[in-house]
Order: sequence, then structure tokens, then C-alpha cells
Amino acid sequence: MTTRHAITAGFVPLLDSALLVVAREMGFAEEQAIDLTLVRERSWASIRDRLAVRHIDVAHILGPMPIAGNLGLNVPAPEMIVPMALGLGGNAVTVSAALWHAMAEHGATMDLDAHRNGVALRKAIDARKTAPLRFGVVHPYSGHNYELRYWLAASGIDPDRDMEILVLPPPDMGDALAGNVIDGYCAGEPWNTFGVLRRGGHLATVKAAIWRSSPEKVLGVNARWGEANPEAMAALLVALHQASLWCARPDNHEALAKLLAKSAYVGRDVELLLPALGGNLPVGGGVVQSISDFFVPNAKAATFPWKSHALWFYTQMIRWRQIEHTAERQRIAAETYRPDLYRAALKGLGIAMPSASAKVEGALTAATPVGSSGALTLGPDGFFDGGRFDPDDVEAYIASQSTG
Amino acid sequence: MKPSGLNVLVIDENRIRAAIIEEGLRDAGYDQVTVIDIMHGLARRIADLNPDVIVIDLENPNRDMLESMFQLSRAVKRPIAMFVDRSDEASIEAAVEAGVSAYIVDGLKQERVRPILKMAISRFNAFSRLNRELEETRGELENRKVIDRAKGLLMRSRGLSEDEAYALLRRTAMNQNRKIVEIAQSLVTAASLLDPGGTQ
Repeated sequence: MTTRHAITAGFVPLLDSALLVVAREMGFAEEQAIDLTLVRERSWASIRDRLAVRHIDVAHILGPMPIAGNLGLNVPAPEMIVPMALGLGGNAVTVSAALWHAMAEHGATMDLDAHRNGVALRKAIDARKTAPLRFGVVHPYSGHNYELRYWLAASGIDPDRDMEILVLPPPDMGDALAGNVIDGYCAGEPWNTFGVLRRGGHLATVKAAIWRSSPEKVLGVNARWGEANPEAMAALLVALHQASLWCARPDNHEALAKLLAKSAYVGRDVELLLPALGGNLPVGGGVVQSISDFFVPNAKAATFPWKSHALWFYTQMIRWRQIEHTAERQRIAAETYRPDLYRAALKGLGIAMPSASAKVEGALTAATPVGSSGALTLGPDGFFDGGRFDPDDVEAYIASQSTG
Repeated sequence: MKPSGLNVLVIDENRIRAAIIEEGLRDAGYDQVTVIDIMHGLARRIADLNPDVIVIDLENPNRDMLESMFQLSRAVKRPIAMFVDRSDEASIEAAVEAGVSAYIVDGLKQERVRPILKMAISRFNAFSRLNRELEETRGELENRKVIDRAKGLLMRSRGLSEDEAYALLRRTAMNQNRKIVEIAQSLVTAASLLDPGGTQ
């Protein structure tokens, strides 16, 4: 006899909610005897609140948020664990036509090269006579905020002194850009494609160019629920793994875009969802760029919850003065991500999994076969400025960080 | 304790609900209440108003922006923390259940602001109840119309009285273990298929 599991999952209408949507709609949850209910939310704050009062058990959530919650930065947060990631990459930086024009005069190119376009942005800022630039991000504790700031700082721009970064709901970013409220934004999809195709914006660079194969959304689990329902959680991880394989197949991209386009999910046109799935993004002026690893749902251990990802997010909280470093806080951050639960849940599937729980981020310049349990390839995972993050030497990394 | 002196901001895209909350606050003696129901320029308006307490509907997509403003104390003069205190799980639950979220200026005493949240929760709940009742009434009216049309069809095609037509609908519903309105709907649909234009 199979025990059935009832699981309620929250999500925000974004492309990378795909794994949860596919787990439900393509029958992968049902195969694991899970009645998966998906609840759509319009802000990360309401995801956090509903997790706290257990309206939802698990959620599609920004990678740094469970860490911020466990560190007491974001209340009312329940204690949370992250037993799985929901893919790698998927974000981009979109700027207004006027800013792109200024950047292009200083050498910015359509290939979205993070180094060249970052330098061009700095020169455009140096030459600017009017008010400081304003850029939007989706949340203070988000990959978007950290990768945008990383890119700016490594390009010689102080994100707080040389410009202003503010938080906006992603669906409002395109309008804010068109209305000159902001000059640029870092968001997930479909909001960059929307900004370019519907609001006259231009891509400046992409997450995959700033830090290739970098962490983004994760499965956030209310720790109390996870402890009380280990079998349900393991079954969900299996369903999400199958969903990630399905999402990764190019011949499913069209069906996936149609699925996400439904009003119950992302609720936007197929043409806004397809570009990110195939990695062929409209960058502006009718030009489409093919971007390697723009969004990675399965390959390169894309769903593995690396402790080095958790720790990198933690170092950015320190860097941008959201919290001060202590050894105890570092421990809490690392322990939020749970590769042990991932391995235990998926070990029966005979798939290749990383044997380490953390890795030196930015060390792989080419795709590299790793591990002993099968064919697994990691990387390339480079930061655009050649930076490396060694999770065994967090304090040295923190000490090396500047703000601009 | 005199409730006035607190500067309360209500943010709600639903104007009716916002008005209900505002009225409740004024009745309770809060005389500095501002309502924002248009989200355009929200950040600027909050900075200008510099409220002590913010009540906002839980589903408002601007909450992430709002919370980030409170983090950066330069946007609003005083940092504002989540109203519901962490140890008070029941009140968090009641608030989320009702769809309310609230924030206060850091340092304000809980007991000074707790009545505001209580009031907001009860008004939010009253509003949802009202909405639900309206929906139900609307549904009942629709059902009544369908049943009347089905009765009319039976009266014309079978020469029945109104009471006999209703009795027939009820008997059929009981035999098939369905609702009267479902039987009536099937009849109306069938009639319109058989005789398009003839059922009006």
C-alpha cells in the first residue's frame, strides 16, 4: 500500500516556478502519490508569512531568503531548510534605451559581455551630469540584488554611492523603466524579455555572464513540516527531479511555455516565456543573442543545494551591511542548505550526484566531469572578474570584499 | 491610553475595504489616518507621511518594496519593524488568516498598537464575510432565474401548472441525486440545443 502525501506549495509567477508547475501538471507528483496543491503569491513577503503560519508547507523561494529568515533578518520567518535548488541562472539586467545608448557610446556590446558592459556603464555614470541612476531589484535578500551589486562593484561602481538600488515588484519593472522611474533592473524571467519586447528596454548583461551556473531559486521548506513529514518531502524531491529532467528537454520547451502561460501560473504570453527556456534572448533592437546556460533546470547538478551557494549568499549579506559576520551566523547559513536530504531522497534513482557538499565557486573554467557515481559534469562556473569563493575560507573572502 | 497621536497609514488597493478600516480606526479614536489605494509613487508618499503604523493587505505586491524601505533607514526616518511580534504566534496567524499585514515604528510599545491590528483583523474578516455573502446571494439569484426558465419550459411543453412543473423538477432531482438547479440547467441547455432561439 502506498501512503498518499498532501503537500501545499507556494510560488511566485516566474519562469523558474517551472519545476513545481511541471511536477503537478505533467503527473510527476502523482507518480509519487503526492496531491500537490500550488498556491500563487504576489510577493516574497506573503510566501514567507504563509510558510510561517503553515498555510503552505514548501515554496519556490529566493535562494538567500531561508538563510535571512534563519538569521532573524526577515520576520515572521519559520525555521527553514533548503533540501533542493530549483535550477541555476535565469536572470538578466535590463536598462532603458537611453542608458543603453550612453553605454554603447562607451563601448557596450550586444554580446552582453559582463566585463565590457560593466566598464561601459561605469564610464556612462562618470560622464553623467544629471541625477544618479536608479536600478530596481526584486528583494533585498535575492540573487538579483547580490549579482547586480557584484557586477557593479567589480566594474568600479559603488552600488550605494554611485547609484541607487531600490526594490520593486517584477511585473512593475518594465513600466517603471518606460516611465523613467528607474534606469535599469535586475529581475528573473519573463520580466527582462517583457521589458525588451514590450517596453523598449535593452539587455545590459545576464546572470550567466556575471556568474555562470549560479544559484537562484530554491525549494524552501518549513523545517518543522520537513521533520514531521520526511517521506512526503523525499517524495517531492523525486517528483521535482523528474520535473527538472522534463523541463531540460528542448522538445518540451514549447509545451512548458504554454503551460506556464496559463493564468493560474505565470499568466503571460508564450512568446515572453520561450526565449529564456531556449537561451535565445531578445536583447533589444530586434537582435537575439544565444546565451549558454541562461537557465539550467537540470544539468550540472542544477538542483543540488550546495552549501557553498548558501555561504556565498551569506558573504554578500555581510558585504552589503545587512548583517555582521560571526562564526555562529556562518554556521546557521551553511546548515540551512541540506545536501544530505537531497542525496538521501534521490539515491534510489541511480543518478549521478556530487559527493561533496560544497565546492570552490568560480574554479571551473570548462565543463568538468566529476564524481564517481555516474556521469556528472559541472561548470564552467566562473565569475566574470575571475573571482573565486572558497567555502573553507569564508573569512578571507569577506575580508577581500570591497563595496565598490 | 489615548489612542490618538499615532500616525496610521492604511494601504489597500481595495477602496471599499480601505474605507471600512479607516472608519473603524476613526471610531476607535485614531484621528491621524491616511488611506492610500493607488500604488503609484507609494515609496515617496510613505517617506513623506512617515507613519508610525502601516496596515497593508497581505496580498499587496508592494510589500517587498515596503519592507526593503524599512531596512534602509534613510528612506523613512525611523526604521520600522514587522508589527506582529515573533513570540505572538496566534496574532501572526490571525493576521495572515484575515489577509492583513502591519508594520510599526521600531520602539513603539506593542500594547499601543495591538488594538489597531485587532481592529484591522476583525474588519478584514467582516469584509470577506460580506463579500462571501454577496457572492452567495448573487449565486442564489442566478439559480432562481434558471429554475424559473426551466419551469416555464415545462409549463409550455407539457401543459403543467407552475407548482406541477416545480414538483417535477424536484422529483427528478431527488431520483437522480442531483440539485434542482442542475436539472433545471440541463433542461434549459437541452431546450436551447433543440430549438435555438425558441427558449427565450
